[in-house]
Amino acid sequence: MLRTLTVTLSMAIAAAAWPALPALAQDGPLKIEITDGVTEPMALAIPAFHGDAEVASRIRDVVAADLTGTGLFREIPKDAQVARPGSFGEAIAYEDWRAVSAQALVSAEVTQSGDAISVKFRLYDVYAGQAQGDGMQFDARASDWRRAAHKIADQIYARLTGEQPYFDSRVAFVQETGPKDARIKRIGVMDYDGQNILWMTDSSSLVLAPQFSRDGRRLVYTSFDSGFPQIRVMEVATVASRAMTQDAGSMAFSPRFSPDGRWIVYSREQGGNTDIWLMDAASGAQRPLVQSPAIDTSPSFSPDGQRIVFESDRSGNPQLYIVGVNGGEPTRISFGDGRYGSPTWSPRGDLIAFAKQVGERFHIATMRTDGSGEKTLTESFLDESPTWAPNGRVVMFTRVTPGGNGQPRLHSVDITGRNMRPLSLDFAASDPSWGPLMP
Amino acid sequence: MIVWKKPAAAALLLTLAACAQPAPPATQPAVVDPYANAAGGALYQGDLAGGTLGAEATAQYFNDTVGNTVLFAANQTALTAEARGILARQAQWLNTHTSFNAVVQGHAEETGTREYNLALGARRASAVQEYLIAQGVASERVRTLSFGKERPREVCSDEACYAKNRRAVTVVSPAGAGS
Repeated sequence: MLRTLTVTLSMAIAAAAWPALPALAQDGPLKIEITDGVTEPMALAIPAFHGDAEVASRIRDVVAADLTGTGLFREIPKDAQVARPGSFGEAIAYEDWRAVSAQALVSAEVTQSGDAISVKFRLYDVYAGQAQGDGMQFDARASDWRRAAHKIADQIYARLTGEQPYFDSRVAFVQETGPKDARIKRIGVMDYDGQNILWMTDSSSLVLAPQFSRDGRRLVYTSFDSGFPQIRVMEVATVASRAMTQDAGSMAFSPRFSPDGRWIVYSREQGGNTDIWLMDAASGAQRPLVQSPAIDTSPSFSPDGQRIVFESDRSGNPQLYIVGVNGGEPTRISFGDGRYGSPTWSPRGDLIAFAKQVGERFHIATMRTDGSGEKTLTESFLDESPTWAPNGRVVMFTRVTPGGNGQPRLHSVDITGRNMRPLSLDFAASDPSWGPLMP
Repeated sequence: MIVWKKPAAAALLLTLAACAQPAPPATQPAVVDPYANAAGGALYQGDLAGGTLGAEATAQYFNDTVGNTVLFAANQTALTAEARGILARQAQWLNTHTSFNAVVQGHAEETGTREYNLALGARRASAVQEYLIAQGVASERVRTLSFGKERPREVCSDEACYAKNRRAVTVVSPAGAGS
């Protein structure tokens, strides 16, 4: 029933075989700044890809959906596209594209041979009248056509934003079915856009909050399969899992891997009190990291593996603290009104995303790692469990609607607070964990 | 079969609920002769080893008559006077029915993060566990567990439901029957 996704995508820089780039005709490459809070998306022309019509059309549509889904780009309407080159590699009629106000143009060709597809693409800066970056070719199995599309969109995104991309990535999550007082939960893994869902657990026991390792090969999560919350680790490729804790007198939950995958930081409860512990992911050996009479939970490593941000109510209500990986006195970093929780360190290291309750409303927000620059991104009845895109520029989270029929849904928002949108899924889901950009 | 008379039990609960002060140790229910109304003899289903006659020695009795649930104020883990009254009755029942063990399940309302609510539910369960142990229940007979906000009793999203979801539920089962 459960299958692994094994993908081999070969990426070939094919520029050598193509005409040399013309001299730069402007001061710098075409670029859109993410962090400014884009109000006017860049106009992209993505005319029909050349080659095998059916698969070319599917790949083109995914490339367009990836790019326009960021809110940074808008697509020039098809009916305005009068100037598609007759073949891939033919000279670009820049004047025609300028006439329809396209700023950038994507040209591509898809060829299929049996179970293999090959996609070549080039990106053009219309106003400069030149190619932007080298042409590239991606070879993939036909069944991996979506990954090929995401790879192309990633290239375009990276060239036009100057940022690391994130489209060819996967997200672990919890599907929720059944009534609110008897929810059935199971862990799934999907492409970042909600496609290619693989189920990782069955519905037999309550599971919570899967978290990817940085290499995307393992998941660590909380399972009630013993009757009590305990931590399990699963190999994504084989779906084989094992219990990392099994002390029935002590609950264990809220686990996350260290960036190098060697450690699991988690919450351990003893006698009603919850502290933060570290566990050797190989041997299972455990030691306390943060111990206090308060609730200490939701730990998350910094990308250099040296620090951990967590939530504690030692001040009287939940706030965010940072502690070194070798322990010591935690430093409080949040001081605003409300209750802070579920902190998660950006893979870029610059920001911490968290959930914040103010009065009866919830927010996803970010702050710098010293607690400054708090920025609210969302507001609703209940927003929680933020997770970062691998480039640290987008946050996915759970939004729960109120009432007896209330449901959790996954949403994403960029770090400027713009472009809030629900993920396209036809079921309720919570607890997203965004995995790495795939090689 | 003999059935415990509900009206007497309901009256006792009402009396407890009306107490503003910590309840005194609950008085024993009036002794009921399980055979009193039985024409032609009744089938005895009680637990002699537990020292009790009749239907008191069942999880059903514990849930319905002793009271298996105590409630908490928002973000609080302290036992209220009303909760202590119910727990005194739970302890008395557990001390009488020593063949039963208990798992105390802590719960929280849906507001708050999943992780914090797991920890909060654990504190509530532990508060109940400590009270039962202080009342003489052997510590190895009482385990705790938190469901956080995963298993609400009521599903609406306002205080009327939240008040019932901030709870600790004592689940009793015969020793050796698993938990």
